[in-house]
Amino acid sequence: MDSLGVYVHIPFCVQKCVYCDFLSGPATRQRHQEYVEALKREIERESAEYAEFEVKTIFFGGGTPSILEAEEIGGILDCIREHYRLDPNAEISMELNPKTAAGDKLTELRKAGINRLSIGLQSADNAELKLLGRIHTYEDFCRTYYQAREAGFRNINIDLMSGLPGQHMESWVQTLKNVLALQPEHISAYSLIIEEGTRLYDRLDEYPPIPDEEEDRQMYQETKRILAEYGYSRYEISNYAKKGYECRHNMIYWQRGVEHIADYVGFGLGAASTVKKKRWRNTSDMEQYLHAFCPEKHFGRREPGQQDSQRLSAAEKNRKEDIGFQPQSNRNLSKEESGKQTIKEDVEELSINDCMAEYMFLGLRMMCGVSKAEFAESFSKSMDEVYGAVLHQWIEQGMLIQEGGSIRLTDAGIDVSNVVLAEFLL
Amino acid sequence: MSKIDQSRIRNFCIVAHIDHGKSTLADRIIEKTGLLTSREMQDQILDNMELERERGITIKAQTVRTVYKAQDGNEYIFNLIDTPGHVDFNYEVSRALAACDGAILVVDAAQGIEAQTLANVYLALDHDLDVFPVINKIDLPSARPDWVKNEIEDVIGIEAQDAPLISAKNGVGIEEVLEAIVRKIPAPKGSIDNPLQALIFDSVYDSYKGVIVFCRIMEGKVSKGTKIKMMATGATADVVEVGYFGAGQFIPCDELSAGMVGYLTASIKNVKDTAVGDTVTDAENPCSEPLPGYKKVQSMVYCGLYPADGAKYPDLRDALEKLQLNDASLFYEPETSVALGFGFRCGFLGLLHLEIIQERLEREYNLDLVTTAPGVIYKVHKTNGEIIELTNPSNLPDPSEIDYMEEPIVNAEIMVTTEFIGSIMELCQERRGRYLGMEYVEETRALLKYELPLNEIIYDFFDALKSRSRGYASFDYDIKGYEQSELVKLDILINKEEVDALSFIVHKQSAYERGRKMCEKLKDEIPRHLFEIPIQAAVGGKVIARETVKAMRKDVLAKCYGGDITRKKKLLEKQKEGKKRMRQIGNVEIPQKAFMSVLKLDNDR
Repeated sequence: MDSLGVYVHIPFCVQKCVYCDFLSGPATRQRHQEYVEALKREIERESAEYAEFEVKTIFFGGGTPSILEAEEIGGILDCIREHYRLDPNAEISMELNPKTAAGDKLTELRKAGINRLSIGLQSADNAELKLLGRIHTYEDFCRTYYQAREAGFRNINIDLMSGLPGQHMESWVQTLKNVLALQPEHISAYSLIIEEGTRLYDRLDEYPPIPDEEEDRQMYQETKRILAEYGYSRYEISNYAKKGYECRHNMIYWQRGVEHIADYVGFGLGAASTVKKKRWRNTSDMEQYLHAFCPEKHFGRREPGQQDSQRLSAAEKNRKEDIGFQPQSNRNLSKEESGKQTIKEDVEELSINDCMAEYMFLGLRMMCGVSKAEFAESFSKSMDEVYGAVLHQWIEQGMLIQEGGSIRLTDAGIDVSNVVLAEFLL
Repeated sequence: MSKIDQSRIRNFCIVAHIDHGKSTLADRIIEKTGLLTSREMQDQILDNMELERERGITIKAQTVRTVYKAQDGNEYIFNLIDTPGHVDFNYEVSRALAACDGAILVVDAAQGIEAQTLANVYLALDHDLDVFPVINKIDLPSARPDWVKNEIEDVIGIEAQDAPLISAKNGVGIEEVLEAIVRKIPAPKGSIDNPLQALIFDSVYDSYKGVIVFCRIMEGKVSKGTKIKMMATGATADVVEVGYFGAGQFIPCDELSAGMVGYLTASIKNVKDTAVGDTVTDAENPCSEPLPGYKKVQSMVYCGLYPADGAKYPDLRDALEKLQLNDASLFYEPETSVALGFGFRCGFLGLLHLEIIQERLEREYNLDLVTTAPGVIYKVHKTNGEIIELTNPSNLPDPSEIDYMEEPIVNAEIMVTTEFIGSIMELCQERRGRYLGMEYVEETRALLKYELPLNEIIYDFFDALKSRSRGYASFDYDIKGYEQSELVKLDILINKEEVDALSFIVHKQSAYERGRKMCEKLKDEIPRHLFEIPIQAAVGGKVIARETVKAMRKDVLAKCYGGDITRKKKLLEKQKEGKKRMRQIGNVEIPQKAFMSVLKLDNDR
């Protein structure tokens, strides 16, 4: 029996944060309901493909999945239980915005089967939160956190961000200390990347300065030191956990050799999948997605291939605008054999070279690194045969280190990991 | 038309400042003389090369023969010899003019006389050509034909009151030009009974016919089987074919005789044996004297050309070989650079010629090139009395072995409206110019005369001139000779390693300024690495300027969103792609465009 990780994308939020370039945006309640209905139909329709799989992890990501009602989340989970084989010990995570889930909702979510929460705090400094366009305060977060504990959540991650506009070492350390006092099981500490197309990118000069590279790196180093002191070990570039609480779902993405944990399938708008050396992503066009699964309900009726922006009624246009994100092109639109409209795009069969490259550049994100033995077993070639020169170069420059039969990034290598990892593409 | 009446031949060319409409008028003349129907006309027939048409300039002299039935009822043969418009090709212009008996001077009705108008018209008058003016672009709202007429008479001193007023673009006034050609351009002279004396004004290589020699028969005649001799190169050959020029094609005929313009092919393999300006004569009945004015074409500007991909070196060699077949003024020899690997040191007539060759290599031969800083030929006088002609800065001998150095100087004429005189003089001063004088051609325009070192004008002088005069200044020069000068070699060290491809020769006084700008520019061009990279400019081992490319401290994709590997992979691919376009010097990756950036040091002004 093969293992499967399931990702469920909820592309809605209350308000877009200034740094966010994910596929998400505000929408009406009605649109939430339509989307949940479509999601359940997608999950059901795809189930035939996964008869031989056992679901080991489920991850509700977004957007802000907690914007949905607990019963809607429960409904999606029930749908998975009904049509898939779900491991009773599966890790079932959900991302949560502190402002969107209070006491009873948390209890219901726990009852529905969610057993891991990932709470987006980002900063314990209210001024920093405001600048980011977050809708909550640090106090909102604390309340939610305690209520989550009361509701029975025993596995909680807190998302944090360093390198924020106006942030400095002291405020970052204060954020860390506040969070550590709560003793979450897991902490994700990302360094802010200013992505093109975000409000922050467009109006950077209106914000207080972001820490320079030097300070940013000091924050990173300090994070590692402080979290280690409190018993969290870094197991991935941006992820820290108490022993045994590493996020199993995320590790599926990073470990791609023969000993890989599972394949993964993504449901919902824009979700990415990799199953049996085949990769694709769902359409990013909301209209197309809804129409594919609920043609009878969804009145933005379109023939396949029709460009959405052209033939929408005024009402439909307004609704589109309230989704708050732009649909992408709907290339590769075609009919599946069953006659149903497919929403899979960028379908790609992974070659052996793709697999080797991914094994390396994803595996190296993990602090345990990549194993030479596993590489040889996975690809019938030795790692040195394929990457000898690259490994030698980076080891010599102090970016990689070899220990036992494994290769991993050094601290210096982590800081510039894009440069290091790019060399592993074949 | 086997027997052609010499009195019915008109050999002429059109001279003009760039963009005044020379090629367009040529097209109209060909069109109106009827050898071609309008349908066959491709715009600007004489500009054959795609590149010429795109840039709107004429690179190689082109020739076409047409037949015109004049108002007097007679048919006249027109041999129109189109000449290159750019100063780089001055020698070709002068040879083409020598093949003519008269010239049409085209002047833009709005702009009036420009520097090249003067340069070209003087060149034509030097060759004793009868010149008559034509005022073009009268359709422009800003046209001032009367004012231009007066200017022509005042400045050049030729009659202009009856100059045809035309719009070549719209085909207005062309008849008048054709009649003026018949009336004002003299018929050729020369006797068919004298020994053969023919001027080579161009040659091209054709893979079927071999070298095709373009010539003007001054005396005597030549036909198939004539054994000919090139008087300067001494090469002999048997004529295989003679003929004249249709539009874009060669039309064989029985014989070329005195006064005619045409081509000949012979058993000649190498274009170098048919040097432009040489005299062709009958080997068995030679003329006593060659035609005057022949000089060997000398490359003025040199640079290194390297394939971006080292494996393409043989392709580059083949391409240069092929280009040289058609362009005897292109010089190349293999050289090796530590930084760039195997390539060629190439010599050009000027910077435009360099750019054209570079573009043709890239376009027609699909080569990706790295060009080193262009330089001129310096004469290095060594203490042991030896004189070296230095084309590659890397070959400069040790300073202890150098007695002194000389650099080429040009006589430059710059035509500029009076309001910009100050800023243009300043520019010339900055470029080590020596002021010779100034003449007012009219109240608001002056001709500035300077002596300038050639190496100060080959980079971006023309651009600077244009930007400081809002596009109004025009410029022409010719080589004066060599003068002693305080020159030094400026070396660039990247991460402590000298990069030979970035070295260049510069005047001692400009060394610091140039070095500083180079370092600044390179700092911007070289991406950050995982370590700090010092960039230094040095003269004789002494560092005179320094910049630092800081080490990259952060380049990490913090979040790997929802298993979206594709996105992450694309990011890494982009990173890797960028590296491919780099040159590795020691540990440092240098983008190819960094090597060219040194050409554009003055752009930020």
